[in-house]
Amino acid sequence: MTDASTGPAGPSAPLTAPPVVDAEEARRARGRRMERTARWLLPLVMMVATIWLWDRIVAWNEIPHYILPGPGLVWESLTTDWPILWDAALLTGRITLLALIIAVIGGAGLAILFNQSRMVELSLYPYAVILQVTPVVSIAPLIFIYVSSKTVGMLLCAWIVAFFPVLSSTTLGLNSVDHNLRDLFRIYGASRWQRLTMLQLPSALPYFLGGLKIAGGLSLIGAVVAELVAGTGGVGAGLAFRIQEAGYRLNIARMFAALALVAAMGVFIFAALSLLSHLLLRKWHESALSREG
Amino acid sequence: MPKVAPIDSRAALLTVEAVDKVFPGNVQALRDMSLTVREGDFISLLGPSGCGKSTALRLMAGLSQPTAGRIDWAIPRQKGDLGVVFQEPTLMPWATVAQNVFLPFRLEGRAYPSVRDDVLNALKLVGLDRFQNSYPRELSGGMKMRVAIARAMVTQPRLILMDEPFAALDEITRFKLNNDLLAMQARIGCTVIFVTHSVFESVFLSDRIVVMAARPGRVIEEVRVDAPYPRTEAFRTSADYAAHCRAASTALEHAMAEAA
Repeated sequence: MTDASTGPAGPSAPLTAPPVVDAEEARRARGRRMERTARWLLPLVMMVATIWLWDRIVAWNEIPHYILPGPGLVWESLTTDWPILWDAALLTGRITLLALIIAVIGGAGLAILFNQSRMVELSLYPYAVILQVTPVVSIAPLIFIYVSSKTVGMLLCAWIVAFFPVLSSTTLGLNSVDHNLRDLFRIYGASRWQRLTMLQLPSALPYFLGGLKIAGGLSLIGAVVAELVAGTGGVGAGLAFRIQEAGYRLNIARMFAALALVAAMGVFIFAALSLLSHLLLRKWHESALSREG
Repeated sequence: MPKVAPIDSRAALLTVEAVDKVFPGNVQALRDMSLTVREGDFISLLGPSGCGKSTALRLMAGLSQPTAGRIDWAIPRQKGDLGVVFQEPTLMPWATVAQNVFLPFRLEGRAYPSVRDDVLNALKLVGLDRFQNSYPRELSGGMKMRVAIARAMVTQPRLILMDEPFAALDEITRFKLNNDLLAMQARIGCTVIFVTHSVFESVFLSDRIVVMAARPGRVIEEVRVDAPYPRTEAFRTSADYAAHCRAASTALEHAMAEAA
């Protein structure tokens, strides 16, 4: 049975004695403090150690820079080639972001459409799945045959990869409404629109945000793949193109530098979407609660 | 004040007439149920699980249609004339307590400022006005149920349907909520139909206990509890209460025997 308390009575007032912290509690508090520090310290130490080891391996074995540049060389490339790399990052970032936005609109929009009309869902859902399971690398060359604008082609590629998680998780969310709440809305004579906006969309929000986090990473992958297929004509060069180009020139240091930027961009997208999710859910959703004790 | 008129002289509010409900697979959930619900009644539907009491409630709520028979409101039914409390609190987790209680008005298209006083009064009635800005997860099980009751009462409905609302709560909380429910009902003077499988709860709360049997779900008999309202803790320990509990238990035993 539940351990419901007896009603609106507030927490009982603390007794006059000073708070007693027993040994177990003290140990637990110490553990929590240590974990808080370790959470950022350990990954940092790990990174420094890895970079140091990398540097040493290159130096000890005298590996030539066109095979494996040391971290110093990569850093040098990152700083000296910064103007080129930054422009490339902006381009890739723009495509990624636009693709994500379209994926969100398309994915969530389709989910709502599917939810409102079973017939539309039955007709279109299989094709959404087919689009999802066909590797984008194999569709991309076709897209660039028929789509003349490079930008549109790249957006299309990134969208194909990114929209499905939004679609499937939002669909799941829209269908996960508490059946009693649904009955309640019926009893009070809610319209279809009221049910959608006041009940289904809020219910679907946590699911949608879960899908969004996956879509964020996928739209970057989509953008990178699209760049590799599309080449550079007309729209300037993105990070993926710079990696490829540096590879042809055996400028391995720049390859690493560009790769680091792509990775940083992925991390940034994930962090931003996690923050968004936390801000939207922290007040009410179980996933965003910090449990005490 | 409600409750002054003897049961049979009260005006009818809702009539259930020879209602059958058959579910797919030829499962007879309800057979030939008839019941006249009168203004100010507190009716308990008491019976073992599978006796169709929840089905009867859903039919009265208009959530499903009878296979045969009729359910009619004796008055022209307005929006907000019906309130419902389910076994779970069924609150919207993303909305504050006040927003949850505001829901029936919101679905009618009313703006919050125009009904703020009603919402706050309903919360005051259940003793939760201090918690209007809390989210459901911050409340205990009993408090969530109080919010659900406030939501059902906020429109000052003529009829409130309650489907085992306190079944999942501990006994201390349940007793407290029983007392408070009676006080609230007296205050707003509504009619209540209350599904329960507890003899004690049904005797304490209601003036009419409709005892039902299972397979097929049907009404076996009606037990009147003529103890006067307001009923307090003193009633819970009185000989009168014990006698009524005995009567209701006997009726329930008959119901079980019929089903077996």
